[in-house]
Amino acid sequence: MMQILKMAFRDLGRNRRRSFFSALAVGGGLALLILMSSVVAGEMGSAIESAINLQTGHIQIRAATYDENKSSLKWEDLVSNPDEVANKIAALDQVETATPRLYASGFLSSGTQSAGARITGIDPLSPASDPYREGVISGDYLNPDDRDALLIGKPMADKLNLEVGDSVSLSLNTADGNVQDQTFIVKGIYTTHTYSFDSATVFLPLAKAQAMTRTENHASTIFVLLKDTTLTDSVVPALSVSSNLEIKTWKDLNVLFVEYETFAQSYIAIFYMIILAISASVIINTLIMSVYERTREIGVLSAIGMRGGRIMMLFLAESSMLAVGGVMMGLIIGVLATLYFNINGFYIGDMGLSGMTIADTIYAKLTMENLVNLTIMTFVVTLLAGLYPAVMASRMQPVEALRAEK
Amino acid sequence: MEVVKIENVTRVYQIGKLETQALRGVNLSIESGEFTALVGPSGSGKTTLLQMIGCLDQPTSGRVIIGGKDVTKLNRNQRADMRRGTIGFIFQFFALIPTLTAYENVEMPLLLNGHSPKERQERVMELLKAVDLTDRANNRPDQLSGGQQQRVAIARALASKPTLILADEPTANLDTTNGKQVMDIMKKLNKETGVTFVFATHDPRVISYASRVVTLQDGLIEKDSSS
Ligand SMILES: Nc1ncnc2c1ncn2[C@@H]1O[C@H](COP(=O)(O)OP(=O)(O)O)[C@@H](O)[C@H]1O
Ligand SMILES: [Mg+2]
Repeated sequence: MMQILKMAFRDLGRNRRRSFFSALAVGGGLALLILMSSVVAGEMGSAIESAINLQTGHIQIRAATYDENKSSLKWEDLVSNPDEVANKIAALDQVETATPRLYASGFLSSGTQSAGARITGIDPLSPASDPYREGVISGDYLNPDDRDALLIGKPMADKLNLEVGDSVSLSLNTADGNVQDQTFIVKGIYTTHTYSFDSATVFLPLAKAQAMTRTENHASTIFVLLKDTTLTDSVVPALSVSSNLEIKTWKDLNVLFVEYETFAQSYIAIFYMIILAISASVIINTLIMSVYERTREIGVLSAIGMRGGRIMMLFLAESSMLAVGGVMMGLIIGVLATLYFNINGFYIGDMGLSGMTIADTIYAKLTMENLVNLTIMTFVVTLLAGLYPAVMASRMQPVEALRAEK
Repeated sequence: MEVVKIENVTRVYQIGKLETQALRGVNLSIESGEFTALVGPSGSGKTTLLQMIGCLDQPTSGRVIIGGKDVTKLNRNQRADMRRGTIGFIFQFFALIPTLTAYENVEMPLLLNGHSPKERQERVMELLKAVDLTDRANNRPDQLSGGQQQRVAIARALASKPTLILADEPTANLDTTNGKQVMDIMKKLNKETGVTFVFATHDPRVISYASRVVTLQDGLIEKDSSS
């Protein structure tokens, strides 16, 4: 066995350049897989996390009859004692924060330009509103008692030609089915680096939104953030809410995302297979070439009594070594590349996927699970690729091998 | 004792529609300790006959009996085992494994036969001494001359103490001096160890070493003379 390993190792050394490039093909493939999976994990992870932080929270409590798509403002479709419910939930250990929010559909116009907007009444002081406060790029953030100030996203400001301090007219629906108009001052412009969100969402202080929509102290939802996403399933049973309310988790609220993720995963699996197939064919090629070149040598080994099985082992040992070398190269290149994109990210801009909070920059995120799986997968595929040439070598008839022209 | 018995062996090569009768019914018996030359013009069937005797190939018809055992009935692995245990080969081209040193090449059959490291070392050194290559033990084949390579091949053929050594034109690629040296060594080993040698050649100087000369012509034995 040692001798076989020694021979295999020296055989690879005999044609160093070829061995190196074959290993590199495996390594390059693995590196690409690692990078791709990390980018996808980064994108998925950050997309879901930002959807949770910006839009849906981990959990929402709202009236059973509430229809998200209509942003209904009828009292019976709203939570009637939002502070009480929110405080009760906030008292739970796993809960980071719980805060009432009010949603209304509205319309902003400035001069000749106008745009539909999702008016969101928030408690500016709640930690759940931090991403918006931190996102302010010009002007100031909201105060709870502002009565004629609003916060708009950068894309909307651009579209309406608005700058901080400009006036803008807001029309929105009220609880009793009327439309209410008022002129506001743009107090601040924010960005969350998420185009679909920033281009539609306009913030008002909750009290002002309630007043303007005539919903008094009602809220559309109680927006709940947990200490960690993984706690979601364990928190839900601990919540006791009255029967006219219902509990929605981020999974319910991001159905589109969850579907998109499944879709993307299967799409990516195809890419994985293509990359693996390329690496495998390089290995098969190298080893077949090596089998042909060494026809006579195989004949000699067979003539001195080496059984087919051992000859096969010899070639399998070579492909294993290529696999080990390739995987090591791949790990180094892949991890370094991932690290680079983990720190620097890469800019994709607005992907035009409406309704999805996909950030404009993806930060690669390497998970141990992906790393281990891809490494094993590459290794196994490389070994399998080595199988055919090895079998070919072991089946060679000694006479034919010996007659082969030099 | 009879080491090799060939009974009515034919071998037909078929390439497409073309049939070549390489052996047309050969009968031959070789006794232990013989130093026999197979001679005959190119294409007369010498190599084919050596391959039959060496269990490298199987006859189209007839029987090949090596050491009392009918080898025509053996499967691939059994034939490999047979070669490993009882037959040593020396080829016209110096068939060493290029990645292994002279020492390791000679050691190879011993490894395949599962000898202990100590046994191997003793045996390899003894053989390298017999072919006068002790100082070349750690050289790779490409660092050796043709004559030296062929002597390593002889040492390797002898490694696992076979009863029979088959050599196919062992001196064809060597100059006169080296050819003579190789033949002298083979003859010496034949005398000292009693191992049977069968070698194909058409070199008259090599034929002169033989104690028996079997002449092939068109796949048949034409003449069989002992001196
Ligand atoms: N593998 C083969 N396929 C077809 N014909 C072959 C093959 N090997 C040998 N022959 C033919 O068989 C005959 C005997 O060949 P060989 O045994 O090599 O003769 P020698 O060794 O005496 O030169 C020749 O006519 C040769 O062309
Ligand atoms: Mg020949």
